[in-house]
Amino acid sequence: MTRRVVITGMGLVTPLGHDVESVWERLLAGECAPSKTTNFDASAFPTSFSSEVIDFQLSDFLGDKAAGHGDASRSTAFALGAAARAWRHAGLDQDLALDTPRIGVYLGGGEGPLDFDRFAEAAIAGCRNDDGEPTSLDTARWAKRALAVLRANHEQEQEHNCAGGHLAAEFGAEGPNINTLTACAASTQAIGEALHIIRYGDADIMISGGTHSMVHPLGVTGFNRLTALSTRNDSPDTASRPFDRTRNGFVLGEGAGILILEELEHAKTRGAKILAEVVGYGSTADAFRITDIHEDGRGGIAAMKTAIESAGLTTADIDYISAHGTSTEENDKIETLAIRKLFSDCDAPPPTSSIKSMLGHLIAAAGAVELITCVLAIRDNVIPPTANYKNPDPNCNLDYVPNESRKLPVQAALSNSFGFGGQNDTLVVRAFEA
Amino acid sequence: MNNRRVVITGLGVTTPLGLGIEALWDGLLEKRCAIGPIQQWDPSGLPCQLAAELPDFKLRDYIPKSYRKSIKVMAHDIVIAVVSSYLAVKDSGLTTKCLVDRDEAGDNPVVDSTRLGVNIGAGLICADLVELAGALNTAVDDDGKFSLTQWGNEGMTNLTPLWLLKFLPNMLACHVTIIHDAQAPSNTITCGEASSHLAIGEAFRTIQRGAADVCICGGAETKLHPMAIARHTLWGRLNTEDNATPGQSSQPFGAKRRGMIPSEGGGLVILESLEHAKKRGARIYAELTGFGASSSAKSWNKPDPSGRSLMLAIQKALGDAGTTQGDIDLVNPAGASTPEHDASEIAGWNAAMGETLEETYALTTRGSLGNNGAGTGAIDFAATVMSLDRNTVPVSVNTNNLDEACKFRFAQNDPKDVPIRQAITAAPSLAGGQSAALIIQRFEE
Repeated sequence: MTRRVVITGMGLVTPLGHDVESVWERLLAGECAPSKTTNFDASAFPTSFSSEVIDFQLSDFLGDKAAGHGDASRSTAFALGAAARAWRHAGLDQDLALDTPRIGVYLGGGEGPLDFDRFAEAAIAGCRNDDGEPTSLDTARWAKRALAVLRANHEQEQEHNCAGGHLAAEFGAEGPNINTLTACAASTQAIGEALHIIRYGDADIMISGGTHSMVHPLGVTGFNRLTALSTRNDSPDTASRPFDRTRNGFVLGEGAGILILEELEHAKTRGAKILAEVVGYGSTADAFRITDIHEDGRGGIAAMKTAIESAGLTTADIDYISAHGTSTEENDKIETLAIRKLFSDCDAPPPTSSIKSMLGHLIAAAGAVELITCVLAIRDNVIPPTANYKNPDPNCNLDYVPNESRKLPVQAALSNSFGFGGQNDTLVVRAFEA
Repeated sequence: MNNRRVVITGLGVTTPLGLGIEALWDGLLEKRCAIGPIQQWDPSGLPCQLAAELPDFKLRDYIPKSYRKSIKVMAHDIVIAVVSSYLAVKDSGLTTKCLVDRDEAGDNPVVDSTRLGVNIGAGLICADLVELAGALNTAVDDDGKFSLTQWGNEGMTNLTPLWLLKFLPNMLACHVTIIHDAQAPSNTITCGEASSHLAIGEAFRTIQRGAADVCICGGAETKLHPMAIARHTLWGRLNTEDNATPGQSSQPFGAKRRGMIPSEGGGLVILESLEHAKKRGARIYAELTGFGASSSAKSWNKPDPSGRSLMLAIQKALGDAGTTQGDIDLVNPAGASTPEHDASEIAGWNAAMGETLEETYALTTRGSLGNNGAGTGAIDFAATVMSLDRNTVPVSVNTNNLDEACKFRFAQNDPKDVPIRQAITAAPSLAGGQSAALIIQRFEE
């Protein structure tokens, strides 16, 4: 008998706010977060805007306990904030009889941002002679300055697995603790693997989801060099336009989404409120190119197909698709093709929207935030829109729920995340039925 | 629950003792230490100037000709994974696209790509410092300070367009999936020294539940980068006192241990469902029977003196394998060689294994190989599999003067020939708090 896994808590830290209900209201209203970048001076960058988390104080989430996480990176702090809300939402803060080795963590957590100013200072010192003239890198000269200016804790907190360590310490989670970083697919993959950890019996509760901030100089540099970002600097809030003919790249965002996954009987025994059931997961690799998606969408199709089949459902059972929908030329076209192909046995593919149109692309955290909105869509029988959709693209011919949220019975929802290098992950959640 | 049996059918390692499993095994049997002064760049500005470096090799000997154009987008961590994947597949007798493209397939059928998965532990890959520092140095204002304005306007164009893709941790697995055409689940686990064990453990579960028939799994990393060594210097984890005596510098669990020695390397192994392995008549090294993972809830940046995280991982793995401490014939601890980490690890093993530890043979590779981070566990796993396969415990280099709390029974002077039916290998991460353990067993029908 397969152990069933349900969602009993959710928490968000996003560019549209840090509270699940208010973020949901703003998404349903079609509000768009992107604006001028303030994390650093990006005014001369090809892309000078982003979708940033604002007004974030960890003490708002953890109270006095925030001080114990003083050196946490921006990414880890987001995870702590979202996890604290999810933990409380699940009622776990009231439960004193938890079997801690059976509570685990599985994050799609990004690296902490580079300590950029100090890194740049050491880099320049390593490339200048005593007269200040540019030279090639002198490692010894670099090392001297690097050891003088870099800070041990800040360097430690950049490590990918530190966010998971912070969560384990904060919530007493001594079970499996894993971080995956499969680019933009990471948190969907984390939740899928966490599902299987509970199903197998290695844990009863998993704190799972994702967190990331790449809104820093080298993060934006990396994506700008790849020409992956929209450069619509004159209109940040309409720049993310998934599936629109005039889309020209994604909008970089930051944030975290954390869910409490719990074995059904465990949740029932403690009287937890069940928000939805995680029923399907599919994970595949394109095995094609590091820069491009396979043109037939084969990896995405296989991930969605596996997720639906493993849920014991058929394509006709899916009421809503939360698309990866990045607003890049290639993703939106091939994701559309993949959905068209897989759902060709239906009268029409289900309504499909991308909340990246409003939140931007939260990279490793994107999938978890999007899954949370799928749970809310099931709860409220309403689906969020694809904002900024004005110009139909002949290559993108699905019902994208343009600009207005839509009332619709939602029993089962599917969420896609696709990452650089051909990582494809899909989750299916369903309204809980005893 | 559909728990299929999973066996180990291929070992591919890229280590400072040599490339390929036989080279590693011979090096361990010969008690060789691969640690020496850093050769790849000038370490004179850093207090630890030792490392275990890989021997020279040519990547083109391990990839299809058509893939050579991709070499320029591979950080060294990726190169290590790609080489290891070739070695593992060759060792297993499987045929993948890589071997077909290299005209090494013969008449063998190609493994079903949709059933071939990848799971690779990776580290925080350091950007090439010559390239990045050189680029940053083009955006300096009149006061000699870095200028974001100059960088945004012009400086960043000194980085190649694909610059970011060289350093994404999932690129180890992505290149491997492309080269071998592996389309089943592909994951990248980034949990420091526990990464390889976690990746192998997750691949084990993936095959158990039927989501793949074959997985290429393990880990790879290099710490042989000025930034990585600077970080470890700031964290106080390196041995900075033995630059003149490299052969004795890495002393896992030693009474006078003074810190770790950085390294580069990794390993990928082939896990396969028993059914799939039998059908093709594969050589079976061992069966993978247990996996346990856990975390410290005390601290993410300091080892817990109680070693509880490691203890829990070992206990879970034993329970998963349905075995007990007394039935284990070989233990493979890590041995970070720093005072605090080894104290924590010793406490964890002592708590989990009890008195049986003193009678059970042990093997650590750190005295020979140092620590490369995410790839270290896979090398340890491969060495443990070989010990079981050959019924031989190599000497653990630099373990003749152990910490008095330490109860490990390392082979001294000469390798010990002993029957090994079950072995356990475990890996605590130096930071983050994660631990993982794996149990292997001699294959019996």
